[in-house]
Amino acid sequence: MAELSFREAIAAAIAQEMERDPMVYFIGEDVGAAGGVFKATVGLFERFGPERVRDTPISEQAIVGAAMGAAMTGLRPVAEIMFSDFLATCWDMVANQVAKTRYMTDGQVSLPLVIRTANGGGTRFGAQHSQSLENWAMAVPGLKVVAPSTPADAKGLLAAAIRDPDPVLVFEHKSLYGVKGEVPEGEHVDRLGVAAVRRTGRDCTIVALAAMVPKALAAAEQLESLGIDASVIDVRSLVPLDTRTILGDVRRTGRLFTVEENPRLCGWGAEIASIVADECFDDLDGPIVRITTPHVPLPAADVLEDAAMPSVERIIETVKGGMR
Amino acid sequence: MSTQLEKPPAADVDRPTRLRLYQLMVELRDFEQRAYELFLENLVRGTSHLALGQEAIAAGYAVAMRADDYTFCTYRGHGHTLARGASMAAAMAELLGRGNGMLHGKGGSMHLTDVTRGAMGSYAIVGAHLPIAAGAAWSAQARKSGQVALCFFGDGTTNIGAFHEALNLAVVWKLPVVFVCENNQYMEYTPIRSVTAVEHPAADRASAYGLESILVDGNDADVMYDTARQTIGKARDGGGPSLVEALTYRHGGHSRADPAKYRPDAEVREWLSRDPLKRYRARLLAAGISEGELNEIDTRAQQKVDAATEEARHGAPARVDQIERQVWSDGGSAWRN
Repeated sequence: MAELSFREAIAAAIAQEMERDPMVYFIGEDVGAAGGVFKATVGLFERFGPERVRDTPISEQAIVGAAMGAAMTGLRPVAEIMFSDFLATCWDMVANQVAKTRYMTDGQVSLPLVIRTANGGGTRFGAQHSQSLENWAMAVPGLKVVAPSTPADAKGLLAAAIRDPDPVLVFEHKSLYGVKGEVPEGEHVDRLGVAAVRRTGRDCTIVALAAMVPKALAAAEQLESLGIDASVIDVRSLVPLDTRTILGDVRRTGRLFTVEENPRLCGWGAEIASIVADECFDDLDGPIVRITTPHVPLPAADVLEDAAMPSVERIIETVKGGMR
Repeated sequence: MSTQLEKPPAADVDRPTRLRLYQLMVELRDFEQRAYELFLENLVRGTSHLALGQEAIAAGYAVAMRADDYTFCTYRGHGHTLARGASMAAAMAELLGRGNGMLHGKGGSMHLTDVTRGAMGSYAIVGAHLPIAAGAAWSAQARKSGQVALCFFGDGTTNIGAFHEALNLAVVWKLPVVFVCENNQYMEYTPIRSVTAVEHPAADRASAYGLESILVDGNDADVMYDTARQTIGKARDGGGPSLVEALTYRHGGHSRADPAKYRPDAEVREWLSRDPLKRYRARLLAAGISEGELNEIDTRAQQKVDAATEEARHGAPARVDQIERQVWSDGGSAWRN
């Protein structure tokens, strides 16, 4: 094991895959000599050169479109969209073209491509640079969606996404880039569609994603001292979704809480709540409770942003209240 | 038509090539005409966008392409797909929503694709396929394959952002791609000149990307073939992208729902007199090719369309058990365990 930061793990995954497969190319804004605005791809340009690590103009449609055309014809491109909010400027490419072309051609076309993007709040950037948009992608058939919460997962899931034969969106949480953790040395490739049980408890199941996972874990620690023993499940992959792990844990604990950074309506937790209500209703000992950002654009000021996003305190209070 | 075109018809197109151009144009014309008739019989469901009158562009480029070059076209893409040698019966069956359709009923008229022929898809969101074609050209450049990507689109596309993003990227990366604007004078129902800042929507924008302004007669098959040879050759030789504006006219409306009453009669008459197929036939006759030989081509094209229609009509409906197939590369659509 080696200790890497989340951002170093991202660069390590891309380097690992570019080394292994000469058809892997990486494009995006400021990704060349600059190493990415979040410094998540430092060293790739020097190591693989300007042909395989290529700067683009500020042209998100061209970035995703070029990745698609290249993926149709033999490359395995990794495209960076600097902030996930900018997906809105190329959503036609993502949702209409990348997601649907395989299906519309009944399998004539394969699209082995990855779109990496910096996602989520907590950085005081305001409503257009802070959104958690993984639920947008989850709603479109034809897209796989992952959001790692640890450096090991950042490397393993990104490597798995690059090897996957279908389009994968990798949502990297901005507030996690500096987090350090143990990452397996040597080649490390994870599997899409497998949730991780981060903590096993008797009383309730807390399901979280990306930056909400460490918050859920911190809340669970404190809840234990209050006499509530909570499981924490890191969803990791929204599509494919590991419902087996989630349903199994909820059947055992009888209670489900979801912790979502998305605004309230149609966050990914709503789909999980629906599946749990459908498939293990009789095992539930109380209502399913969703902890989300209110249904507002995310405000910029620190006190406002912190109050809007789910916090450790809000998770504790909500679970405590729900378990009474 | 106010525009004076500088480029005279090329003189050095050889006889076999000319016959091939003529044959392709006749086939595309007959196919579209048949598609229209089947629509009137209520057999073609959904929408369809015919390219009647625009055949010289598809034919000129297809004949000049290498077998492994890539074609990207729009929802008005029957002709471009067939011109690459895709099955006419499979295309017709797709229009009819049959299981023996090119996409087994999943795509329809607006998405005809046959990647085995380099027909990389018909794209129905205006402008989307320009960046995608640039991406295929990037792939060809990276793989050093010598392939060229050809991207056909309408005049309306020149006013959408993806057009400009793709052109800029293609020039900056010096990609082997040729962008061909089929200026049929109308963006859907509206005269293109009334909603565009410049007279020639593509050609007048070329200089913004450091490209030569190329404005050609899109109703002249020799001119289109010659333009195709030059622009494809430049791309293949590492000279980077070209942007071509080919002036043409659709004989019918925008889509099957549109009788095109908004077009002045005199304008329609003028353009019909410049029908690319009639003009080419006259030119070939003048060049000494016998009427019998051309009639023979006409008859064979008609037989080909008849056979394709029969095959399509006899196809079973698209299979409902395929709805949840081919979302993913494993052939399925599973999103959970």
